[in-house]
Amino acid sequence: MNHEFNRHKPIYKQIMEHICQDIVRGTYEHGDKLPSVRDFAVQVGVNANTIQRVYQELERDGIVESKRGQGTFITENEERINVLKEEMKKEIVQRFITDMMKMGFTYHEMMTTIEEEAKNDDSS
Amino acid sequence: MIQVNQVSKSFLTRKALSDCRVTFEQGKITGVIGENGSGKTTLLKIIAGLLKPTKGTVLIDGKHVTRRICQRLAFLHDQDYFYWYFTVGELIRYYDAVYDDFNKEKAETMLLFMNLREGQKINHLSKGNLTRLKMVVTLARDVPYIILDEPFLGLDPMVRKSIIKSMLQFIDLSKQTLIMSTHEVNEVDLILDDVVLLKRGQVIAHQSIEKIREYEQKDVVTWMEDMYQSV
Repeated sequence: MNHEFNRHKPIYKQIMEHICQDIVRGTYEHGDKLPSVRDFAVQVGVNANTIQRVYQELERDGIVESKRGQGTFITENEERINVLKEEMKKEIVQRFITDMMKMGFTYHEMMTTIEEEAKNDDSS
Repeated sequence: MIQVNQVSKSFLTRKALSDCRVTFEQGKITGVIGENGSGKTTLLKIIAGLLKPTKGTVLIDGKHVTRRICQRLAFLHDQDYFYWYFTVGELIRYYDAVYDDFNKEKAETMLLFMNLREGQKINHLSKGNLTRLKMVVTLARDVPYIILDEPFLGLDPMVRKSIIKSMLQFIDLSKQTLIMSTHEVNEVDLILDDVVLLKRGQVIAHQSIEKIREYEQKDVVTWMEDMYQSV
């Protein structure tokens, strides 16, 4: 994970988002082991307490499971991962819709543009 | 836990700290921030038992701080204080002899991590390497409290990065608590839990950095400037 953090947003949330994106993208698969808190902290360049919090929040959301003495793992529950995919998809689409509406575009206009883009992408 | 209770400090007629009250929690990295001359170094030295407060008290784990606190606390000065004629290896052996809690194995691992060699003479080290060495002997002590006074002063970004990395690697927050002063908070904001903000010898704020980001949607530097203006 090599990127600059946005300093106006909580770092733990940004790291959570990154891990979730990696899961959706398939970089992490269900059952994969995450790095230890310390290793992850050094790798990303943040405080170990921040990573601790990331793992705790992800565990509360059912996305990871910590096994005593073994570490933290992506959940084996595929259903949960599918839900996560849906959640992330919806979130991005909703953000897109809000932005477009702020500029006064209608749903119809959005749909037309998306269809055009999809066509262009297919033909290229 | 470190409790600073109504601490004031004067040097002759100059007031360096006035009525400081602040608690440093266990297992956290706290940054003491504020402009030059705001009292950061004085506060840290009082916590470390290197200066006596004119008024007020400091308690560490419920006990009054005296010079003997150095058995449980490692302090990194912003000034250089090594025997210049030592080699790196000699300095490590010296620390090992002086401090019961000195972890020689950890020191040797850290030397490798920092690319320092035992045979190097201290007075031939660059400023960056000298700071790396200071960090090694400070963090190699297995003590519950570590205090770093301006550890990044005058260092280039590469050295700063490697030192920050070494801190993340070698400090164990399940057993250790760290306080560091800095006036370049934007360099270290990612590794801090809390910030204590000083202005003209007073603690004007103590806040979790993630809360500043979450509830005020500000970066720490902007928050600091806003606080400075409002107080």
